[in-house]
Amino acid sequence: MRKPRLLYVPFWATYVFLYTPIVVLVVMSFNAGKSPYNFEGLSLKWYGKLAGNATVREGLVNTLIVAVGSTVLATVLGTLLAVGLARHSRSRLLDGLGVLPAILPDLVLAIGLLVFYSTVKMTLGLHSVLLAHTVFGMAFVTAVVRTRLTHTDTSLEEASRDLGGTPVTTFVRITLPQLMPGITAGALLAFTLSVDEFVIAFFTAAPTTPTLPIVIYSMVRFGVTPEINALATLLLVVSFTVVIVAQRVTRLTESLS
Amino acid sequence: MTRSTVSGATAISRSRRSRVLGRLVFLGPGLTYLIVLLLIPLVLVLSYAFFRRGRFGGVIYELTGENFTRLVDPLYLDVVLGSLKLATAATLIALLFGYPTAYLIARLPAKWKTIALIAIVLPFWTNFLIRIYAWIVLLSGPGLVNTLLGKLGLGPFEFLYNDGAIVTGLIYSYLPLMVLPLYAAIEKLDPQLREASANLGAKPARTFVSVTLPLTLPGVITGCMFVFVPSFGNFVIPELLGGGRSIMVGNLIRDQFLTARDWPFGATLAMALIAVLIVLLLLQAWSARRA
Repeated sequence: MRKPRLLYVPFWATYVFLYTPIVVLVVMSFNAGKSPYNFEGLSLKWYGKLAGNATVREGLVNTLIVAVGSTVLATVLGTLLAVGLARHSRSRLLDGLGVLPAILPDLVLAIGLLVFYSTVKMTLGLHSVLLAHTVFGMAFVTAVVRTRLTHTDTSLEEASRDLGGTPVTTFVRITLPQLMPGITAGALLAFTLSVDEFVIAFFTAAPTTPTLPIVIYSMVRFGVTPEINALATLLLVVSFTVVIVAQRVTRLTESLS
Repeated sequence: MTRSTVSGATAISRSRRSRVLGRLVFLGPGLTYLIVLLLIPLVLVLSYAFFRRGRFGGVIYELTGENFTRLVDPLYLDVVLGSLKLATAATLIALLFGYPTAYLIARLPAKWKTIALIAIVLPFWTNFLIRIYAWIVLLSGPGLVNTLLGKLGLGPFEFLYNDGAIVTGLIYSYLPLMVLPLYAAIEKLDPQLREASANLGAKPARTFVSVTLPLTLPGVITGCMFVFVPSFGNFVIPELLGGGRSIMVGNLIRDQFLTARDWPFGATLAMALIAVLIVLLLLQAWSARRA
């Protein structure tokens, strides 16, 4: 069938629009000069400056602690909940509750948690961010695992139950192995979202425990410096690698099961 | 006889017990978590909308409607309407570019399709703040766009710190969320329907308006929601690209909670945000049912 020529204009415009800022950041991160706007020759000096930046390092460590902790918690809770919703409940209200954190504006969740923490007199710190990130991480794990559940064969689970298996043994020996690709994908998603999350961390972190996005936010507000270009480029490399590895891994686990 | 009835009864009670156990083990932990860290916080913050603010921040538990009267004060109503305007502009422009892009991706050969789709989501997986920062580098006074224009003998212009910069940032941040549902909707479309329309003498534009567009409408509405909702409540993009004035509802809410310490009014504004979201969700459900 004929492809309308005219559509290629917005099509290419979209890709140019998406990649121009990224290419500019990467090129400027190797700039020898001080200006973030004029390229004055190749240099790695901004990467050196970045490596010596203690605030960035601390932010990175905080981010990783929160991301690993909330991913573990979200994966366990989300997987159990997905199985519970699919096999042990018929309530659409509970289904709605499971996806609510994913559709709720992050700002509303953030202020809700801030008000809640202050009401129960909980001090803010990495633990409060970790608990907060688990809320939305769990919603994504639940959603991904549930999708996987609808594609798994229930007759195996029924057979296990007929042979006297309790819900727990059936889950551990039959359901869980079948769900592994979904669980892996959900966990990767929860981890990536936690690393990138700014708004909720901004409201639930203590000033002494900023995560990396909060550090970046104050750097950007403070002014434009080529150091951010170097940080941006490193983060780009990491997240592009994660996306491509995730693509491979989920396909690999998919083919194994 | 008696024996079998007894064992039958224990079997039933055992299966009921295991059903209860199953519910407890699987639904218990997750639902408890969501009730404590999602539902209670939400109900708590929304209930603040009905209370008075304390003189030094905090809340006085005394019912009042004054927060809602304040919401329709032109000062604040303008901010809400302004946010609606900017979020709508970003959504419509994203649709204008997203639809043709999704349409062409859906008709690429399988191998290119995957690459084109990954290329759409890849920028989305990079840090949100860094993507916004990139636009400061591009648009600011001595920025690259002005440098290029200067070489042509034009400018310099101030591209940053205005509504246009905010809308650009919003589109850049959420465009992938527009393309994906559109792609899914267009991909599902049966090509025979378009052929039938062409065979019956319809020009491509007519086929698009009478066949393609109505059938992909749920995808259009989902994509529009995915762009509109995070745009409407955003405070980072207006802050960094809009010059830091309180110009969108998100900034206003943030300020009520972190600087003005007027939590009840902040809660009222959050309620307005949720009300808009509910209207959109109903619209989406309605369109999905019709399709």
